Amino acid sequence: MVTILIIIGIVVVLAGAGVVVTKRRSSPALGAGTPAPQRIEPAAVAPVVLDTTTDAVPADVAVVEGAPVAPVVTPADELSESTPPSVGAASAKSRGIFAGLRAARRLKAIEPSTWDELESSLLRGDVGVTTTTRLLETLRAEVAAGTVTDGSGLLERLRSLLIATLSQVERPEHGELSLEVAAGRVPVWLLVGVNGVGKTTTIGKLAYRAGGEGKKVLLAAGDTFRAAAGEQLATWGARSEVDVVLGAAGADPSAVIFDAVQRAGARGFDVVIADTAGRLHNKVNLVEELKKIRRVADREPGQVTEVLLVIDATTGQNALQQARQFTEAVSVTGIVLSKFDGSARGGVVVAIEAELKIPVRFLGVGEHASDLIAFEPIAFVDALLADDPVA
Amino acid sequence: MFDALSDRLERIGGRLRSRGRITPADLAEALSEIRTALLEADVELSVARAFCDNVAARCSVEALSKSLTPGQQVVKAVHEELIAVLGGETLKISYASRPPTVILLAGLQGAGKTTTAAKLAQWFKAQGRNPLLVAADLQRPAAIEQLRILAEQAGVAFSSSGTDPVDVARHGVEEGFRLGRDVVILDTAGRLSIDQALMAEVAAISAATSPHYTFLVIDAMTGQDAVHTAKAFDETLALDGVVLTKLDGDARGGAALSVKYVLGKPIAFASTGEKLGDLDLFHPDRMADRILGMGDVLSLIEQAERTIDTEQAAQSAARMLEGTFTFDDFLDQMNQVKKMGSIGGLMKLMPGMSKQMRDAASQIDDGEIARIEGMVHSMTKAERQNPDLIDRSRQARIARGSGRSVADVAQLIKQFKQMSKMMKSLGAGKMPSIPGLGGGLSGARQMAQLAKSDPAQLQQLLGQSGGGGLPSAPWAPKAPGVGGGAGSKNKKKKGGRVTPPKGR
Repeated sequence: MVTILIIIGIVVVLAGAGVVVTKRRSSPALGAGTPAPQRIEPAAVAPVVLDTTTDAVPADVAVVEGAPVAPVVTPADELSESTPPSVGAASAKSRGIFAGLRAARRLKAIEPSTWDELESSLLRGDVGVTTTTRLLETLRAEVAAGTVTDGSGLLERLRSLLIATLSQVERPEHGELSLEVAAGRVPVWLLVGVNGVGKTTTIGKLAYRAGGEGKKVLLAAGDTFRAAAGEQLATWGARSEVDVVLGAAGADPSAVIFDAVQRAGARGFDVVIADTAGRLHNKVNLVEELKKIRRVADREPGQVTEVLLVIDATTGQNALQQARQFTEAVSVTGIVLSKFDGSARGGVVVAIEAELKIPVRFLGVGEHASDLIAFEPIAFVDALLADDPVA
Repeated sequence: MFDALSDRLERIGGRLRSRGRITPADLAEALSEIRTALLEADVELSVARAFCDNVAARCSVEALSKSLTPGQQVVKAVHEELIAVLGGETLKISYASRPPTVILLAGLQGAGKTTTAAKLAQWFKAQGRNPLLVAADLQRPAAIEQLRILAEQAGVAFSSSGTDPVDVARHGVEEGFRLGRDVVILDTAGRLSIDQALMAEVAAISAATSPHYTFLVIDAMTGQDAVHTAKAFDETLALDGVVLTKLDGDARGGAALSVKYVLGKPIAFASTGEKLGDLDLFHPDRMADRILGMGDVLSLIEQAERTIDTEQAAQSAARMLEGTFTFDDFLDQMNQVKKMGSIGGLMKLMPGMSKQMRDAASQIDDGEIARIEGMVHSMTKAERQNPDLIDRSRQARIARGSGRSVADVAQLIKQFKQMSKMMKSLGAGKMPSIPGLGGGLSGARQMAQLAKSDPAQLQQLLGQSGGGGLPSAPWAPKAPGVGGGAGSKNKKKKGGRVTPPKGR
């Protein structure tokens, strides 16, 4: 509160004359006792309720059954049971981070330039300074000890070191997501992440996947902040023939998700997949809101069994910070690395797994409902190490 | 934001600054640390290397040994290089002689194109223009609806008709012409730079609409790939500049540096928040100041000028400096400040902010303003005019009326009085020496710039003696934000509240 007073004072003076007074102050007193987080939208928001089915749901929540929403893109081709994409396929059209290493691989002796190349390639793949340094130190020690003697041996060691790093964390096989709940509870998968990483799209894919396994899925449109986010999810619901619970724009996201959970409990759904608004991890109030969402979703009959953090593969070292903050707030159980079909390599997940022990569970590799593949360390590392087919 | 990078550079600079002499080894160590800092900030590898080489060239060991303050020389070289890399000039939009001026936005998925389109529309509207938003993203579900809602919020026209992105865009421009709109903003679908079909599509949109400005929208959190993506889009579309989004996160924004360095295209706009008003022209020199933790007073003043009724503000400011500021003025000003954008965003522009302060700023809830307002609204007219009237029983009534605790009310009143006192002492030409008030007034350079633009007003308010209290040049050891740990040591006193100026 002090800060606000000071700022207002400052701005008052500023606007009149341009005199600036600054004031230093520590943060602790600030956050104390700030309840009900809220974001203020500049103007009145048109409600995004698509269907006002007068069901046993509160007035500001609408349920979109199966497929009444006309999808913006015809889903026909996307829903076709085409062969699921593989990591190799995704990386085939993109640059491998180790593009520059072909030379190193052929090299017999290990020269200073070999180390530079290794370092450059790891750094360019967003693996990060700390992890790169750690990996290279291990390799240097092995070269010094004489266990590695040539360029191709060095690359082979790097590959196995990376795979080992990605094998430290226990990872359910085939990307299986937990449905283990106490009797009478409904499992809830919560999707979180910063703005624009692809949470809603990932939910569409997860719904398609779970639906394909014969599960009865209910989607909860917990992003009531971004304009038309609910409709975006509803379109995905229609594509995958899955029900969606929508809240009015600006509605309390916790309430929307809780409504979905109750509905799922009453109607025998197997799982609720809940969307949340994108939020930057350094916005304390929005993170508090997310904590509340998780608490409420965990309330009977719901039980949160997975909290999936979606990370954009193009993100650099900030992804580590995202993973740190989100897991501290809502105990992330897994990571979905989205947009892996681009030219970015997403090497930062190596650092995330090494430091935070959060397993990467899925890779998002396209815009189709089936473009979600289970993460697999060996395939991922090979994609990282792949030579560039284009260049 | 660039905070973490600036913290790193501050630390390196601080360590060097404390040394009287710098050996070649010291310099090499500092440069290697700068390189690591840049890499951790996601600056592209080759750019980080070039940056360090240039800094080294700017501060040779010989030059350093002649300097009395070698540490500052290094910091200065970093600063100069930052400005050089970020590019000197702020983009000036020149409008087409035959309207509409067409602006095309392109970028990867999730970079923030749709939100940016709406923010740009609002920005142009604030410039007195009459924009039309065109939703040519037919790919992402509900993207059109999103832009339609945002257009409504921004109060600008919206168009999206057709089933092919190229047609939609072409039609949008025609519509803009027909409706007499002078700016048309085209939002396109997110696409990967390696997706040839979609890149061809955006090229076709560009060919069909011949945009006057083509901007690549880039997420500030982007890593090493930023350069690759930017190059690919530039080859396809011949970019005019870049819009940097999500700068309000804690990403170090190295992508901005890299893209500018590699493409040589300016960063035209930067977006720093979730409100539609949180977008502004990008000022490279100011950003360099921000990276080095020196605040950005000019942007703050501009923002204030744009949104605040200046005459009224000047009156309030004058009253404030006289010490006759009332809660009514305060309420008034608070409403004005709210219009300027989020408090957290404003705080970032202040010079002399320590890391803790910036962290605190990012946590300020705009709802807190509403709570303060609630308390002030619960006061009677007389109380608002004269806060001294408010005794315990009145405090209790105000607390009941606003749903806050008595302690909250008491604190508000106490701090209001302290603020008044502080401002009054400032008005009297004294530099209030307040523990914790590290930076004091802003850097002399910025003051000088202000004095140039509006000397009369500055003098009027500062009075004759006012200038005397200004600190030395920004590069001086105790310059705001760069020097400072002293202030932060004793700030915890009494729960971090403001202590009244000494001698009062």
